[in-house]
Amino acid sequence: MNAKDIIKNGLIKENPTWVLILGMCPTLATTTSAINGMMMGLATAFVLMMSNIVISLLKSVIPDKVRIPAFIVVIATFVTIVQMVMQAYMSDMYETLGLFIPLIVVNCIVLGRAEAFASKNGVGHSALDGIFMGLGFTWALTLIGMVRELLGTGCIFGHSLIGGADGMLMMILPPGGFIALGLLMALINHLRHRSVKKS
Amino acid sequence: MAKKAQSTLINMLLSLTVIALVAAAALAAVNGVTQEPIAQAQEAKVQAAIKAVLPPFETIENRDIDGAAANVALDADGNIVGAAIEAGNDEGFGGHLQVMVGFDKDGNVYGYSILESHETPGLGAKAGEWFQKDGKGSVIGLNPSDELKVKKDGGSVDAISGSTITSRAFLSAINQAYTVFSKIQ
Repeated sequence: MNAKDIIKNGLIKENPTWVLILGMCPTLATTTSAINGMMMGLATAFVLMMSNIVISLLKSVIPDKVRIPAFIVVIATFVTIVQMVMQAYMSDMYETLGLFIPLIVVNCIVLGRAEAFASKNGVGHSALDGIFMGLGFTWALTLIGMVRELLGTGCIFGHSLIGGADGMLMMILPPGGFIALGLLMALINHLRHRSVKKS
Repeated sequence: MAKKAQSTLINMLLSLTVIALVAAAALAAVNGVTQEPIAQAQEAKVQAAIKAVLPPFETIENRDIDGAAANVALDADGNIVGAAIEAGNDEGFGGHLQVMVGFDKDGNVYGYSILESHETPGLGAKAGEWFQKDGKGSVIGLNPSDELKVKKDGGSVDAISGSTITSRAFLSAINQAYTVFSKIQ
């Protein structure tokens, strides 16, 4: 596997949200606006990259039978670091995302990549996999957030596009999350299949 | 590839212990760095809220009124111009609602700022603007000596459309704050 494949896998071919369908809890809960989705994605990307690096370095000294607790301790450490740093320097963002940051620990993507990739591959590739899986997650969450924010409030990234309109409130409530996620997933997989068929 | 460590008891104990120790040390270090900024950020938020809800003042005096903290605003001569009081309850639609309420010297609501809320976005979360001066259910200038209530409960305040529960919790926080305010003089 070369670097190009790893990048493509994370962003499109094995995109955690659209294709692997992992980590749906934060996906639905934090995408009420584009900026929330993006920050959640970036926080997860950071944790993914760091835990992939550390787990890949430690893979030969962690006995198989205790690998899951070892991975979780590593992941939880980075999540807690993100949480403390966010609380200290981005307290407004922490207000909105605070509840979901600790939940990155149990996000299936992070443990999934540790188990499926970092524990079998070298440091460089693992770091790359973490970054691009994280960015794949980020662009997916940002897109869902943009669609929900636009339909729900008429804004994108807080900038009003449709003047004076109140928007469809439902789109920023939980049902809107499912609807936006489902339709976007259908659209993106349709495009993906078409491009696979062509090539 | 390097040889994988065997799953013997000693290996398992050793690797987990070392990983946990290193993790604890890393967290302690980060905590040491961020503790101060976190406390400052929280303090700055409360101070900003106090300033936002009070009429112009010279100094703030912290007084303890039956266990509740009141930030009494004084002018240059030491006369009371108002007070900011934090109040909250768990009656919001999404749980706890914490509000900083400012009163002028006569006990009229001068301003408010929501410190913590878990209300529904687009509905109850509108409480931050709804009850402000230009909002549809303005409470600014009202005097809670006569308990504030939403119209549905026979009061005079317009509740947020679709969020009567949030509105009730909000007004109840204002009334709580007024109870503290009325004991100041």
